[in-house]
Amino acid sequence: MTAQSISASARIKGGAVGSSIWSRAWENHAPGYLFLLPWFIGFFGLTIGPIITSLYLSFTHFDLLTAPRWAGLDNYIRMFTNDRNFVASMRVTMFFVIFSVPLKLAFALGVALLLNRGMRGLPLYRALFYLPSLLGASVAIAILWRQIFAGDGLVNQFLALFGIVGPSWISNPNYSLWTLIVLSIWQFGSPMIIFLAGLRSIPQDMYEAASLEGASKWRVFWKITLPMLTPVVFFNAIIQTIEGFKSFTPAFIISGGTGSPINSTLFYTLYLYNEAFSFFRMGYASALAWVLLAIVAVFTAFSFFTSKFWVHYDD
Amino acid sequence: MSTSVVLNQAVKRYGEVEVIHGIDLNIDPGEFTVFVGPSGCGKSTLLRMIAGLEPISGGDLLIDGARMNEVPAAKRGIAMVFQSYALYPHMSVYQNLAFGLETAKVPKAEIQQRVAQAAEILRIEPLLKRKPKQLSGGQRQRVAIGRAIVREPKIFLFDEPLSNLDAELRVQMRVEIAKLHKDLGNTMIYVTHDQVEAMTMADKIVVLQAGIIEQVGAPLDLYNNPKNRFVAGFIGSPKMNFLDATVQGSDAAGAKLRAGGSDIVVQRKIATGDKVTFGVRPEHIALSEAAGVKLAEVKVDLVEQLGGQTMVYATTDDSQPLIIAVDGQRQVDLGSRLTTYVDPARYHVFGADGRAI
Repeated sequence: MTAQSISASARIKGGAVGSSIWSRAWENHAPGYLFLLPWFIGFFGLTIGPIITSLYLSFTHFDLLTAPRWAGLDNYIRMFTNDRNFVASMRVTMFFVIFSVPLKLAFALGVALLLNRGMRGLPLYRALFYLPSLLGASVAIAILWRQIFAGDGLVNQFLALFGIVGPSWISNPNYSLWTLIVLSIWQFGSPMIIFLAGLRSIPQDMYEAASLEGASKWRVFWKITLPMLTPVVFFNAIIQTIEGFKSFTPAFIISGGTGSPINSTLFYTLYLYNEAFSFFRMGYASALAWVLLAIVAVFTAFSFFTSKFWVHYDD
Repeated sequence: MSTSVVLNQAVKRYGEVEVIHGIDLNIDPGEFTVFVGPSGCGKSTLLRMIAGLEPISGGDLLIDGARMNEVPAAKRGIAMVFQSYALYPHMSVYQNLAFGLETAKVPKAEIQQRVAQAAEILRIEPLLKRKPKQLSGGQRQRVAIGRAIVREPKIFLFDEPLSNLDAELRVQMRVEIAKLHKDLGNTMIYVTHDQVEAMTMADKIVVLQAGIIEQVGAPLDLYNNPKNRFVAGFIGSPKMNFLDATVQGSDAAGAKLRAGGSDIVVQRKIATGDKVTFGVRPEHIALSEAAGVKLAEVKVDLVEQLGGQTMVYATTDDSQPLIIAVDGQRQVDLGSRLTTYVDPARYHVFGADGRAI
């Protein structure tokens, strides 16, 4: 091929001299972009678009019926200076996250350790234990949970067999949040499956070396299993914490959407929902959403920062 | 003081499947014994039975005369070096070395002293604060050995410890382990599928195949006097040549074999008409008559110049492959015909059942 013909073919391939990088990309990859179009529409129309819009709305007063009015930082100032419900919902959510996440992870790890002992019918048990994760956050289960923990529910009927008169777990502000924490722990299937995979990936040689050195099961767990599992613990902790902050359905159903009794189940997301769809304060609700995002982001960043001190990666 | 290990009719079964079939073995105190054999022969299983990591299904394991079948692994006075090193990745080298001693509640000062001593023997003192991921393969191997040394065991077990290292490091570590054995004087049992490792390190080699012992002996004993065709083929590198042969006639002077398209007289008593295998190592075949009796005419297929040795891959007149290892750098043309000779004292004859005749 001569130098002239190479130059000509390069021009054809490259498109018109001086055309933009975008038009050249389009010419070269048009079929690919066409196939991606449905995803682009969904991503920009249903994800990026609403995210950007909500950021804008968080600086406005917007009641869905009239055009948004620019409010500057008013929503954020109100949130941090003059909103007792914001503080209450934050306190409830933090309490929920602080107790439900470690308890759920501990429970999931315990079950994973049991299942990892190589019992018969493991796939069946795995599926059964995973089931609550699929159903747990559903409306049906939340309603069922309300029946179980109601004043005349199954729990109290069971306690009555022993002569114990149980409280109405859901109506009593001392216990209502704990019923939601128990419901959350019951949905341990997802972290349990991940723990199980993590346990399976710990080389058997490590345990054999430890057994030759006379280590007890307890010492093996604390000195080998748990440290080796820290990458999985870290992953599960982040995911479950985010899930905890986002938790909505059970509180909505059990409290009838009010966060009652006495705001004891007023989760952050429930408060946000009420602001948006009960009181039509979309601007304020958007600001609440962005603050939640910031809290989750700060928590995640902090977790990654601390991970170098306690998460052990092999190579 | 060194320790003896004895296996009496040791059997291992997984459910209905028997994988170790009644093994009898005596390992003398202070001996460096190597279990060698192809993959799946049961050598690692046998080692793990001695370690206590696999229950013994039948027979006895005696350590210093005491039956150990039911004794937990940690109480057998054994330390083991694993193929994967099995170092705890979240612990420093020091913590890895100290783990077993801390478990045994050894006083802190003694732990420090024993770790320092092991680190000095293995020259890993500068590495004590590092994590395993910051070490090279050879350094990890040393730490794994160090973890065994600090426990001051009666018996060291090595399960293919060099198989993850590159060729150069393997040779180096081989020498170091042999030296360690010389210095410590403990009983050591070493598993490998590499017969060169077995030959160079062992006081005693145990050749295993399919869960049985094929032969036990000193390295040169196995090399010079293999009991059967399997051992003859497994020990020695390059492996022994085997030529199918038929006994043409037999008298007081020996038997006349037809092998490789030639007649060879061997000093054995074999019946006329028997089918046998004539075995000769590549390094025992020569290209000059002075070296011995004529073996076969061959055609050269391939020549490898290794510098110190020339490997000639050839085919006999009856189309059987023959490898010849000639000392030095020998010019041999591809396709040329050569006459080969063999030292009468260094060939082997195996019967139809594989046993040496």
